[in-house]
Amino acid sequence: MSREVKINLEHVSRIEGHGNIVMNSKNGKIQSIKWQVPEAPRFFEKLLTGRDYQDISHIASRICGICSIAHSLASLKASENAMGVVISDQTILLRKLALHAENIQSHILHVGYLAAPDLFGVGSIFPLIKTNRNAVTDIIKLHRLANEMSELICGRTTHPITLKVGGFTKIPAEEGLISLEEKLNNSFDIFRDVSKTILANIDKLPNFERETEYIGLVSDKEYALYDGMIGSTDTGMHDIDEYLSITNEFVVPHSTAKYTEHMRESYMVGALARFNLNNSRIKQKGKEVAENFGLESPCFNPFMNNVAQLVEVAHCLEDSIYIINRLIDRGLHDERVQVEVSAGRGIGAVEAPRGILFHDYVIDEDGKCIKANCIIPTNQNHANIQKDMEAFAPTLLHKSRDEIEHNLEMLVRAYDPCISCSTH
Amino acid sequence: MKPKVAVFDFASCEGCELQIMNLEEKVIDLIDIVDVVSFREAMKENSNDYDIAFIDGCIVRPLDEKRLKEIRNCANILVAMGSCACFTGINGLRKQFTDEDVKRTVYGNAIIENNPYFDVFQPKAIDEVVKVDHYIYGCPIDRNELAEVITSLVMGKKPDIPNYPVCVECKQKENICVFDYGNFCIGPVTRAGCGAICPTNNCGCEGCRGLVNDPDTESELEVLQRYGLSLDDALDRFEMFCYQKGVVK
Repeated sequence: MSREVKINLEHVSRIEGHGNIVMNSKNGKIQSIKWQVPEAPRFFEKLLTGRDYQDISHIASRICGICSIAHSLASLKASENAMGVVISDQTILLRKLALHAENIQSHILHVGYLAAPDLFGVGSIFPLIKTNRNAVTDIIKLHRLANEMSELICGRTTHPITLKVGGFTKIPAEEGLISLEEKLNNSFDIFRDVSKTILANIDKLPNFERETEYIGLVSDKEYALYDGMIGSTDTGMHDIDEYLSITNEFVVPHSTAKYTEHMRESYMVGALARFNLNNSRIKQKGKEVAENFGLESPCFNPFMNNVAQLVEVAHCLEDSIYIINRLIDRGLHDERVQVEVSAGRGIGAVEAPRGILFHDYVIDEDGKCIKANCIIPTNQNHANIQKDMEAFAPTLLHKSRDEIEHNLEMLVRAYDPCISCSTH
Repeated sequence: MKPKVAVFDFASCEGCELQIMNLEEKVIDLIDIVDVVSFREAMKENSNDYDIAFIDGCIVRPLDEKRLKEIRNCANILVAMGSCACFTGINGLRKQFTDEDVKRTVYGNAIIENNPYFDVFQPKAIDEVVKVDHYIYGCPIDRNELAEVITSLVMGKKPDIPNYPVCVECKQKENICVFDYGNFCIGPVTRAGCGAICPTNNCGCEGCRGLVNDPDTESELEVLQRYGLSLDDALDRFEMFCYQKGVVK
């Protein structure tokens, strides 16, 4: 049978940023397949240079509108490490809470608004408002809760205000945390309903596997999100200082976002990578979700990243309650932040919703940033998306052109790529 | 018939687009009054048939310039959404460096010449390329202000964007002035509409919404001097979002 399939999908929809899929096949053979990233570069590493340490995190936050809290935290950690600033236990707890808020917000946005329409065979969440109103309003309730949580801790839902080098400009009042705890406790029923709706349609996710290397923060104390060492399923544990030899960024002509590689041609970061590396430390509610969906480590199906995100939502909801209780037990204190400016280099790593994120700064004796490097989760996923496409596309060639395109688009979406962030 | 609305983005963090989804339950009400026909970040369908286009981000390459002009041709009303779109916002910081310098810093020695993806010029606000009908300021935009703009446009009214400084909203909130904490603030000359959200969180205004028309720079300098604060520090603050639009320079 002689059949040619040409796909030239400019700007994959329901993802953050601009990415194209170009594929040509002839007589059941792939001739070329390319994941392209035409996103407009913004040159943040240059924009940060010359800026005062007090402004760096507020500029770095603008790398991404969806994971601005993770960028702020990686930025603050890098600046604090560069200047030898020690932060309090209260600050660490509040920062972890802020990161949970963003993780819940981002994952619900992705699974609920961006990925779920594929499970229902529609183009967006909008038609579901009529056909599945309860599911949509439940998704919105969880999304709103996560945003309210960000607002309480960070002063705003997008681009945090209160997070600063050494601590906070303002901490939440105890009543605010108590009311948040109540809302979190009430959220499990809503989450269970959302989770059930997704589970009922989960067979729409393709059953595709390709083993790769998974990289993320790891810790022996907890499911690592705010802090830890670099973990790889191929090479084990590494110090954060080794991040350059793990990521090995390089430029390809068809992408304004850099690519990375470690032990293989590509590796994966994000919720599925974290699950594969750290699943034993997930809180009970998260473990229940994994069990319901049959997600077990190691999982080599990138589409299950959607499920790993749901697992993390349950984990973060439960862990947030635990953190709030610790904060209230200790009593909240308005801590005065004293920062001694000193020159040095510092690296900060956190798990953003889409994977491990590094900021690396050199700060001079006046507290100005003189050199910056940022390696973004989606940077680290681009090569893996390409390699997955190369393996996945040949299995689709018996399908119609539109179905092939739809499946490839779903593959990209499964990574929840944050493309403008990756190009930065 | 409901007006058809489209949303597009250029060089930005897409945080302003996210504010649409951050309207939460209000999104359901909004799609009762408008038909969203193109919104790549949220929907697969797209169309060139729309009345109102919302633009997030600024313009940095010929290929983006071309796409923006095509959008302008389709739209009756074009709204610049967020400070990147309105006056290049944080991207303006790039204007202190040459294009070659920024490319070398980020992409090193990689061969990117004659590659349209990397062919950047100095950041341009949307109105430096096409006519803009309305502006929604902020980094990010205030989602309630966005909802008001959409509602106004649907009713055929001119959106009411404040032209008074952040201090007015800050006073309404009865905040202690951040200058009294020893911080500096450019609230006295920055356009309000944010509800003085930064000063309310004990953080000086960074000017993300840009300057009010005819800012009173004399009194800002007076205020700085009164609190013994340095002009250089203040200039840094003006530069963060309004590079080359600094009122003191």
